[in-house]
Amino acid sequence: METVLSVLVGLFFAAAIYLMLSKHIIRIMLGVVLFGNAVNLTLFTAGRVVSEVPPIIPEALPVPPELTANPLPQALILTAIVIAFSIFAFLMVLTFRAYQELGTDDAEGMRVAEPKDDAMPPLGY
Amino acid sequence: MAADTEKAADLSQAMITEPVALADWLIVAPVAIPLVFAAFLLTVRHRTWLHAGVALVAFALTLAANAGLLARVLAEGPLAMTMGRWLPPFGISFVADPLGVALSLVGVLVAAVCAVFAVADIGTTGRRYGFYPFMLLMMAGVSGAFLTGDLFNLYVWFEVFLIASFGLLVLGCEHRQLDGALKYAILNLVGTTLFLTATALLYGTFGTLNMADVQSKAAELRDTAPLATLATLFLFAFAMKAAAFPLNFWLPASYHTPRIVVAALFGGILTKIGVYALLRVLVMLFEPERALLSDVIAWVAAATMVLGIMGALAQSDMRRVLGFVVISGVGIMLAGIALGTEAGLAGAIVYAVHSMLAMTALYLLAGVMNGVGGSYSVETLKGLYRGHPLLTAFALLLVLAAAGLPPASGLWPKVMLVQASLAAGAPWLAFAILATGILTTLALGRVFALTFWRSDGGDTAPAAPAEAAPVLRLGYASLAALMLPILALGLYPEPFINVAEAAAAVLVDPTGYVGAVFPERVQP
Amino acid sequence: MRTVIFRTVAPYLTSLMLLFSVFVLLRGHNEPGGGFIGGLIAASALAIYGIACGVAPVRRAVYFHPMAISGFGLLMAALSGVFSIFFQVPLLTGLWAKVSFLGVELDLSTVLFFDIGVYLVVVGSITSIALALEERERA
Repeated sequence: METVLSVLVGLFFAAAIYLMLSKHIIRIMLGVVLFGNAVNLTLFTAGRVVSEVPPIIPEALPVPPELTANPLPQALILTAIVIAFSIFAFLMVLTFRAYQELGTDDAEGMRVAEPKDDAMPPLGY
Repeated sequence: MAADTEKAADLSQAMITEPVALADWLIVAPVAIPLVFAAFLLTVRHRTWLHAGVALVAFALTLAANAGLLARVLAEGPLAMTMGRWLPPFGISFVADPLGVALSLVGVLVAAVCAVFAVADIGTTGRRYGFYPFMLLMMAGVSGAFLTGDLFNLYVWFEVFLIASFGLLVLGCEHRQLDGALKYAILNLVGTTLFLTATALLYGTFGTLNMADVQSKAAELRDTAPLATLATLFLFAFAMKAAAFPLNFWLPASYHTPRIVVAALFGGILTKIGVYALLRVLVMLFEPERALLSDVIAWVAAATMVLGIMGALAQSDMRRVLGFVVISGVGIMLAGIALGTEAGLAGAIVYAVHSMLAMTALYLLAGVMNGVGGSYSVETLKGLYRGHPLLTAFALLLVLAAAGLPPASGLWPKVMLVQASLAAGAPWLAFAILATGILTTLALGRVFALTFWRSDGGDTAPAAPAEAAPVLRLGYASLAALMLPILALGLYPEPFINVAEAAAAVLVDPTGYVGAVFPERVQP
Repeated sequence: MRTVIFRTVAPYLTSLMLLFSVFVLLRGHNEPGGGFIGGLIAASALAIYGIACGVAPVRRAVYFHPMAISGFGLLMAALSGVFSIFFQVPLLTGLWAKVSFLGVELDLSTVLFFDIGVYLVVVGSITSIALALEERERA
């Protein structure tokens, strides 16, 4: 199971990096989403896939009766998803605003903050 | 329900049973205080007249908590508190050691000064937008990153201050800010995601995320587990946060776009968190792997410091000059990490303290100069010395501080690092540090000469614009507040160096750190 | 998207989803569910209302500014974590109390208040982002 997931993780990372190498912000954003999912899958795989029984202890017992799934990666992934989701939502607004204000989603065309013809500092008084 | 289970099972194996002393709450206070106040201010966001006062109270309390914690940590060694009564490594631990607390203290000090500066600089619109809540939230994230003893939690705090910094960065929504913020946001997000990848693989290898636990398990796993790969991934991720050479292009693209007080906050604090994380993870957890990578780190450090300051030479906007100076400072701290000796680490830590103070002061100085002369460009600013002799004195001291010349703060950390490089047999690294010093003197000295000394042709002192008066008064006050520690570090460095040496000692020999989290593991 | 059918249905759909989100929030006490997912449901309910009837009615309907809601949620979550300072236990320890209300035994806990705080944070922040996006679309 881990082998299959590892291959999937590799595919996710490859696709994410390919998309992030684009100069269009929208593709970079898609790449960022895939990147986040690739990491979540890595976390899941890193916790080992041993059992599909939910890690819930019945009320009468002090410990779970059988081998359960590892709950920690699930908690970590949930946290990571929440964070990635909120940051991505913010990035969406930012990209959209930038697209409206700057009129382009081409990263090479975004030179407002660093203009190409910026003057060199004076060499003397 | 909880009471029933407590009867049914012996919980002392899983939970902390002894009561927690009130004094131990100091460990979480630097995070809890700004968080609570930030939430309160967000709730009352329309009452903008409240914001500045409440935020200053919050910063004063946080500062006091940090100072108290530092005093305790220096007296008693590292302290730990594990959340939710679970025993470590199952609960998330907060560990206060000299390194984390010292950096947190200086960070909060710098942020408090920025909060004072912002009282006049950030108007009602900026406050309604949430300047102070975001600032407090960012400081909660920063302190959390400095104090947490858990790698995944470190990631969470990274994201907390990242989200808050996004909010601060686009305050005002100008074109330039959107452009800069987009690059900052995407590259930093990629950096933290890379950090999360490394954390995931570390969890797969160790089965734990508690730093003390990882530290004590690393020795036995070293033969079989791919720890060098992990260390390299962490190096990548944190070097990106710290803006080390090949990964630094987001910083000069964005740090000159926000409001000057935000730039001061970022330039002072944020890159140092990357350096702190490198110190914590590479030096404390993966020391042999760091030694393996030390040549790479040393070259990266040299390239960062020299190329960074060369970038500063080519800029005419003061804020962009400062962005490159921040980068070159990161290179100097990385040199200490590359050396890895106790002396080198202590030098890097003192440099981090100096850099936090000096970079914030330099950005605020640029803000005051803009208030006086109406521009950030060295082309248009001239002859400022005539109307503003005190500002000129501040500026000269800060240029000396950044260049590493006496009597200001930059001297001693550089002396320590140069000594450590020579002692470690890396004279070229010492040469790079000294060459960076010369280039910094050139870059900032030229800005100083052009803006202050260059004659503007007139004889009388030009009058400052009337509406800028409160900005100037608070600007002078905040600069003076930062000059005190900068001069103290330059003239009487003993206490600073002592704290840094204590911090470096914990990094090199983390027995005390592990012992704070797992008292049973260190007893023979 | 301003069709008659959608505009007529949207208020009912929104109120139903808001009710469901509270159910999911409280269910998270002992079963799958909880503040985050409940908050997302509530935020999407408000987003649907915004798509159908415009942003201004949503802002009027929630009365408080979304960021103020999320600020209050954060305050609630933080305070329920800090609450354990009074019981000599570490930060964020779950504390429970049985309260009898109209003859029903209620399990109140700091965990519940933390979860309600998370719910409010999510509702507030996601709604404000969604409304910002919807506003720009119209402009």
